[in-house]
Amino acid sequence: MNSILIIVFGPLLAALVAGLGNRMIGNVAAKSVTTGALFLSAGLSWPIFLGFLGGSETATVLPVLKWVESGTLSFDWSLRVDTLTAIMLVVINSVSALVHLYSWGYMEEDPDQPRFFAYLSLFTFAMLMLVTADNLVQMFFGWEGVGLASYLLIGFWFRKPSAGAAAIKAFVVNRVGDLGFMLGIFGTYLVFQTTSIPAILDMAPAMSGATITFVGMRLYTMDILCILLFIGAMGKSAQLGLHTWLPDAMEGPTPVSALIHAATMVTAGVFMLCRLSPMFETAPTALTIVTIVGAATCFFAATIGTTQWDIKRVIAYSTCSQLGYMFFAAGVGAYGAAMFHLFTHAFFKALLFLGAGSVIHAMHHEQDMRYYGGLRKKIPVTFWAMMAGTLAITGVGILGAFGFAGFYSKDAILEAAFARHNGAGQFAFWAGAVAALLTSFYSWRLMFLTFWGKPRWAQSEHIQHAVHDGHHDSDHDNAPRQEDAGHDAHHDVPSPEDHEGTAGYHPHESPVSMLLPLAILSLGAIFSGFVFHTQFIDGEAFWNGAIFYNEDLIHAMHGVPLWVKLTATVVMLIGLAGAYVAYIAKPDIPAKFVATFGALHNFVYRKWYFDELYDAIFVKPAFALGRAFWKLGDIGTIDRFGPNGIAWVVDRSATAAKSIQSGYVYTYALIMLLGLVAAVTYVLL
Amino acid sequence: MEGLPILSLMMLVPLAGALACLFSGANAARWIALGATLVTFALGVVLWSNYEIGGPQWQFTERAELFAGFSYALGIDGIALLLIMLSVFLMPVCILASWEAIEKRVGEYMAAFLFMEVLMIGTFAAQDLFLFYVFFEAGLIPMYLIIGVWGGDNRIYASYKFFLYTLFGSVLMLIAMFWMVAQADTSDIPTLMQYPFPAEAQTWLWLAFFASFAVKVPMWPLHTWLPDAHVQAPTAGSVILAGVLLKLGGYGFIRFSLPMFPEASAQFAWLVFALSMIAVVYTSLVALVQADMKKLIAYSSVAHMAIVTVGLFAFNVQGLEGAMIVMLSHGLVSGALFLCVGVIYDRLHTREIARYGGLAINMPYYALFFLLFTMASIGLPGTSGFVGEFLSLAGIYQTSSLVALICTTGIILGAAYMLYLYRRVAFGGQVNEDAAAMRDISAREWIMMAPIAAAVLWMGVYPESFLAPMREDIAVLEARLSAAAPASDAQLAPGTPRAEAANALPHHDNAAGEGAH
Repeated sequence: MNSILIIVFGPLLAALVAGLGNRMIGNVAAKSVTTGALFLSAGLSWPIFLGFLGGSETATVLPVLKWVESGTLSFDWSLRVDTLTAIMLVVINSVSALVHLYSWGYMEEDPDQPRFFAYLSLFTFAMLMLVTADNLVQMFFGWEGVGLASYLLIGFWFRKPSAGAAAIKAFVVNRVGDLGFMLGIFGTYLVFQTTSIPAILDMAPAMSGATITFVGMRLYTMDILCILLFIGAMGKSAQLGLHTWLPDAMEGPTPVSALIHAATMVTAGVFMLCRLSPMFETAPTALTIVTIVGAATCFFAATIGTTQWDIKRVIAYSTCSQLGYMFFAAGVGAYGAAMFHLFTHAFFKALLFLGAGSVIHAMHHEQDMRYYGGLRKKIPVTFWAMMAGTLAITGVGILGAFGFAGFYSKDAILEAAFARHNGAGQFAFWAGAVAALLTSFYSWRLMFLTFWGKPRWAQSEHIQHAVHDGHHDSDHDNAPRQEDAGHDAHHDVPSPEDHEGTAGYHPHESPVSMLLPLAILSLGAIFSGFVFHTQFIDGEAFWNGAIFYNEDLIHAMHGVPLWVKLTATVVMLIGLAGAYVAYIAKPDIPAKFVATFGALHNFVYRKWYFDELYDAIFVKPAFALGRAFWKLGDIGTIDRFGPNGIAWVVDRSATAAKSIQSGYVYTYALIMLLGLVAAVTYVLL
Repeated sequence: MEGLPILSLMMLVPLAGALACLFSGANAARWIALGATLVTFALGVVLWSNYEIGGPQWQFTERAELFAGFSYALGIDGIALLLIMLSVFLMPVCILASWEAIEKRVGEYMAAFLFMEVLMIGTFAAQDLFLFYVFFEAGLIPMYLIIGVWGGDNRIYASYKFFLYTLFGSVLMLIAMFWMVAQADTSDIPTLMQYPFPAEAQTWLWLAFFASFAVKVPMWPLHTWLPDAHVQAPTAGSVILAGVLLKLGGYGFIRFSLPMFPEASAQFAWLVFALSMIAVVYTSLVALVQADMKKLIAYSSVAHMAIVTVGLFAFNVQGLEGAMIVMLSHGLVSGALFLCVGVIYDRLHTREIARYGGLAINMPYYALFFLLFTMASIGLPGTSGFVGEFLSLAGIYQTSSLVALICTTGIILGAAYMLYLYRRVAFGGQVNEDAAAMRDISAREWIMMAPIAAAVLWMGVYPESFLAPMREDIAVLEARLSAAAPASDAQLAPGTPRAEAANALPHHDNAAGEGAH
């Protein structure tokens, strides 16, 4: 099956051609090469996936090149394809191909298009290396490779200071997770003497009772290894504590947010857990931690999502929250459900992001929902696409009949958490249920603020620019822009009575290159749950050993009480009703709420003060310590009592030797050498 | 190849070139130096391709007795081969980097570089203890000159500091060498590497050698000469300083301290670990607050070399091989980073980070190279930096998880200071008009950087080319060390495996629901 070579290395070649060719080959060539490569990869991926679905494909490993051999530590470049990989292949390549296509329209006016498309393709290559890894180190290669691409794409508009800052933050916070991942690999090698994933998974059960010392603590071997690896997953997948980079990553162009920060890269942590699921199943404490962290993230991020004004940030927190679902699903042992949610989420979240991009495009780069309103009729295709995404993420559906994508995957996760029937599972179930309510609320809030009500565009700076200039300034994207950096400082919140809402601005629907991806992803958001749920959830034969398949749990899941099965739907309706009341029926409620519960609102709106906290306990002290070590340590102590001190002593006592002091160092050096030769000669003779 | 004294030839070519340079005009000297270094590099390629992997431990040996048991003995193993390759690879790059930057006393300058090449090859190839010592110490003299004559404004202080630190270590090492030769009755390095020195003597011998090597590495707190030397040195001087001279310390450990004094090495491993852990955290944080590009990269060198020292003293194959790869990689990458600084220094004559900004706009290819070397410096997989760091840290983890944990924080801090540097130089708007007017890299600069970039990627994707030549030598060393190797602190105990998976549901009657716990 050598199509996998084309699937993986095609995007790399395309990235090199577009990136190095850059202006020499021009925009159209660069865009065609990369987009073409991605459509080819996507086209070759679906037959593989359908092959696994139909049972005609089996797991294969294609060796590519030797990598490292050092003593017993050896690992090679190779491409593994099994059920789990096949799912990721279609997700990555399909979304990536559509995002490439979408970017033709979205980035039309950007002066730096070849670079953008090269980065996108490079990202895809790294992600494919990650999911085809047969050993932990190649997985780490992909892991860091996507981190690099993410860094470059977040900082794509590098002239904006905020983009540069967000890019560094993303990389460094991810590195904190990578510290865990690396130590996890080292530990795994220490214990199993290999980094080969299948070999580790084979040997893990026999180690489940083993203990080991880690940094002075005596722990269960498998628990500490899995916890370390999970720390890596937390970084990449923006779980609570290491999530702070994800919202800032919205500095990147919106297609990037859709591909990297929603559909693919951020799900790498979930993929890792599923890939290593037989290993995690030997580590109960680690799994409890996974469950609790996932559930906490899912709730925490959803609360923040309800208060943000920036349309991309709402979706970013939503992503963070949905990743929490995937993690606690894995934590309770429902790996199939976790992968299923990853699969459906990729489609509807990419759809929501690209839809948001289309709105932003229409609104002349305004991202603040307070300046939207009434767009339903103006950009109908975008509206219906966003509607499909919203129905999918909120999990609309009727039990036993039909539902949108999220209906199947989210329900399965909640049922699994309930059916797991332990403390962490219960916590996850209730956190997940509350988060589902909040999900519904913020998703509909987004829809209502954007598409319903009266236009509130007049006070948006971007719209004013558009109206006054009457044209698009050709390089507005890469000029130092204000958005994201300081909305609150620059805008007055328009009052609801503002009747001159449009300021004469006419939003325009996006070009076909952008609408086509929306249409295709809408199909995914509508049907992917309905079509695939039996295979993902119940398909032991489909998984064929690619993940740990917990048959008892699946049975228990199907046997949960009816109220559990209906919980998701009920809270979804409550959230919808709440959003309807607050943003359509009685739009003065949010302001009253903020006035009444100012402290609480501020706490949530300020993202639970994580950024401020980290700044105070990590960033500022790091700089202060650096300065102290430098000024007080190096200069004030080592140099003062070291070389400078000696110099002072020598200076005082060397008047006698002045005659041979020429002041040039090489004189000393030559004298030293001559002295040595003399000494050697003397001793040996 | 039989009988051709290729190692001597590799020293003779630059030596002849150096003498010719002394008596040539500026332009002729440039071309002579370039020609000589390229020929030497070509000889290096011949050397490498004729090196027999899995053959005798010492190859290309030459020996001529001089006086009093002191002999001109050369020969290399895989470790020396790789370090010689690194030196001869970087030399033509250095000559190119000085092509326009050096305008006064060009002949002498080029001669100093060529002399240095002779002495560096000699250091790695020497098989006689005193021959090694002479090359090792004398190799620093051209460096003193390069800093002291062609350096920046504060060059005298910097070269003085460099000299003082080095002198301090050398004296102790020389005394130890005399004692060893008297004890073992030979100055032949391969013999000494197998000689069983008594354990109590090893202790002070190890410390004497350590004094010299720790300065060269440099290890905290003996590192403060390095930032000053780098800042004052001309670009090519920094490249060689970071690329090759810093490797002398690591080479010293792997050639002398470890094989000759294995018991003492094990005994003092804690000292090396402690200093290295401090170095990783301390110098990384110091690097974070630097406003001078060269200082920043100099401090980062100290942090990277600490990964070398922990790897060496991990007493296992991964640690040793990782340390070697870090040395090679750091030689390439930090050399290249200094070139990157030099490229913009040549245009604007300042190393102050704040004077630049937005270079990705007017210098896109420069920004690309700089990005690649930045990523290699922070150990991105696929670049040479990762392979070395990964092996080294994997090695140390097997000895001590605490040391591994502290040293691995270097990957976070390294990312922070390097990306912060990159952001201030290449990202952001064009705040300074003169910086915004700088042209992208010239053909000469392309020729300097592209080969290093290729080598960095080669070593990252297929490091086998570099691991294979030293595999046997590392295995021999590891075997010699194994008796003294400290026990792993992991103390893995098998225990009884659990009967069920963690998420196995309780079966039927068991209602507790906590079956797996």
